[in-house]
Amino acid sequence: MSEALVVKTMEEFVAQGKQPEILFWVGSAGSYDDRAKKISRAFVKILNKASVDFAVLGSEESCTGDVAKRAGNEFLFQMQAMMNIEVLNGYEIKRIVTCDPHSFNTLKNEYPSLGGKYDVVHHTQYIKELLDSGRLSLEGQVYKEKRITFHDPCYLGRANAVYDAPREILKKTNADIVEMKRHKKTALCCGAGGAQMFKEPEKGDMDINVLRTKDALETNPNIIATGCPYCNTMMTDGIKAHEKEASIAVLDVAELIANSI
Amino acid sequence: MEYLPNILFGVILFAGVGYFVRNVQKLQRNIKLGNDVDVNDNKAQRWKNMLKIALGQTKMVVRPIAGLMHIIVYVGFVIINIEVLEIIIDGLLGTHRIFAPLGIVYDFLIGSFEVLALLVIIAVVVFWLRRNVIRLQRFVKPEMEGWPKKDGNLILYIELVLMFLFLTMNAADFQLQQLGAAHYEQAGAFPVSQFLLPIFDGMSISTVILIERIAWWAHIIGILFFLNYLYYSKHLHILLAFPNTYYGKLGPLGKFSNVEAVTNEVKLMLDPTADPFAAPADDAAEPGKFGASDVMDLNWVQLLNAYTCTECGRCTSECPANQTGKKLSPRKIMMDTRDRLEEVGKNIDANQGKFVPDGKQLLDDYITKEELWACTTCNACVQACPVSIDPLSIIVEMRRYLVMEQSAAPTELNNMMSNIENNGAPWPYNQMDRLNWVNE
Repeated sequence: MSEALVVKTMEEFVAQGKQPEILFWVGSAGSYDDRAKKISRAFVKILNKASVDFAVLGSEESCTGDVAKRAGNEFLFQMQAMMNIEVLNGYEIKRIVTCDPHSFNTLKNEYPSLGGKYDVVHHTQYIKELLDSGRLSLEGQVYKEKRITFHDPCYLGRANAVYDAPREILKKTNADIVEMKRHKKTALCCGAGGAQMFKEPEKGDMDINVLRTKDALETNPNIIATGCPYCNTMMTDGIKAHEKEASIAVLDVAELIANSI
Repeated sequence: MEYLPNILFGVILFAGVGYFVRNVQKLQRNIKLGNDVDVNDNKAQRWKNMLKIALGQTKMVVRPIAGLMHIIVYVGFVIINIEVLEIIIDGLLGTHRIFAPLGIVYDFLIGSFEVLALLVIIAVVVFWLRRNVIRLQRFVKPEMEGWPKKDGNLILYIELVLMFLFLTMNAADFQLQQLGAAHYEQAGAFPVSQFLLPIFDGMSISTVILIERIAWWAHIIGILFFLNYLYYSKHLHILLAFPNTYYGKLGPLGKFSNVEAVTNEVKLMLDPTADPFAAPADDAAEPGKFGASDVMDLNWVQLLNAYTCTECGRCTSECPANQTGKKLSPRKIMMDTRDRLEEVGKNIDANQGKFVPDGKQLLDDYITKEELWACTTCNACVQACPVSIDPLSIIVEMRRYLVMEQSAAPTELNNMMSNIENNGAPWPYNQMDRLNWVNE
């Protein structure tokens, strides 16, 4: 990537005696996974464009523990949670945005009873805020007349009933938004949740991501949009399994917006 | 001798209701084997959920055909029970159609019962066809083989028989009213059973009375039988759906419980002033078990869930693991939990009220690790359940046992977890490199 991004850490904010508008929780995937890193960069491009005064924790951020919790390791989860809460509370963080629905869910729902109470939003919700308030406007017509289908991440959709924000901002790209037969409440999982991302699936007759990609292909899309780095990986692999990687792209909502500004 | 039928009726009613009450007490005792859980919050929301989901059937109609048929059977069941009230009063007092003086209201009531009875018969036939002829996928999954399949059909047969008895009873009554038989005053409207009248052509009054009496007695005995059949079948949902939707999960589906015992230990571990070598206080409780390997380790709402499940399979048909041929079936998780709980209950009955370890448990003997590890925690099953059952919470509780008590996670997951412990990410990357993406 050539464009220089402006990313400041909380440490730097404190050194200047300032508080950011919002903390961007990058998450482990967004920090280390090659594909997800591009999503982080796209989102920061949006934040920079809208002149959002945001911070990241950098090396002070650690795994939320979500995946350990879903795997049954409550100890590890709570260790991670309490360490993160200590950092977040130390910096008096009020508001958090993240591109990862799993981090979003656990920060929003499972941290409060452990002492971490923050206003947590998913990046699609935050982008919608920026667009609604006029801080961000889309100029490009890159996706005009393209067919985009949105795959609902379980931990954004069913788990937290956020269905509209990603769709509303996608519409602003002037793309043609097409729904899969199973969407919103009845959307099929991509297969990565519940720690499946980190293990081989159990014996069966098909992989879940291949089945879900089939749902998406039935809408005859140009682009499959997601709002989760894990869904992105699964759908990308699914497209390859269906040998459609040449004609169909899997992109995060943040990338579609970043390309339209 | 004159009061013999009344006495006989009273005895049958008492026995039927009494045996049911006894089983309900057993049910309560079994459910209370579960751990305590705080569900006293948000009463207004809970009542609303019960009214909407159980009484209002809002989640049933997500699938329109089954939903509509189910509403017919449900409304029929509730409304026709007004008739049962009359039957009970008649039976005890030796009266006949004691509500008849209601006149036109009575005509309307009996008439609408008849229409509902006909609709119930149609719905039951449709249900039977779906299970046995169309063989909808969710009704022929492996866990439905044997008793569950038989149970499902038996319930339909009983309902069919009850409806036919009700209509026969009415038809015979109507015929007797036409014939001017003593005690059979003109009462009620019979929009459906009037078509059964040709059956009685040429029969004497006494024969028709015999048929009317047989149908009347068989109908009420059938209802009492059905009431008692509930406990032994999957059909308890007609009662338990109400408490179950009341106690069902509130708030976002993605919010999993935080284990309090773990919180206390983690706090201690992170407390710099805590003495790691301190002996536990004398009055300290035995450290509890983490997670669940048997039904007693679950909470009582989860056990109520298990008894409430009517094996409709909507959860399983929405489950991504099940759809792709994995062994996991959320319905089976609920059925296994209930079956094991029943086994534990019988053990307690046989051992003077105390559970004697039987060398079995829910884990492995009923639910395998393979099933537990196939779950993506996507909440599709929870979303799909028409009566607010949460199979996912049981799966997670059992994973907790596997990981925290047995360190029995799949190897790849152990690697992932040790990465988190060592470098704060599920992958083996240096925490100092967390911000590298900015400049890549």
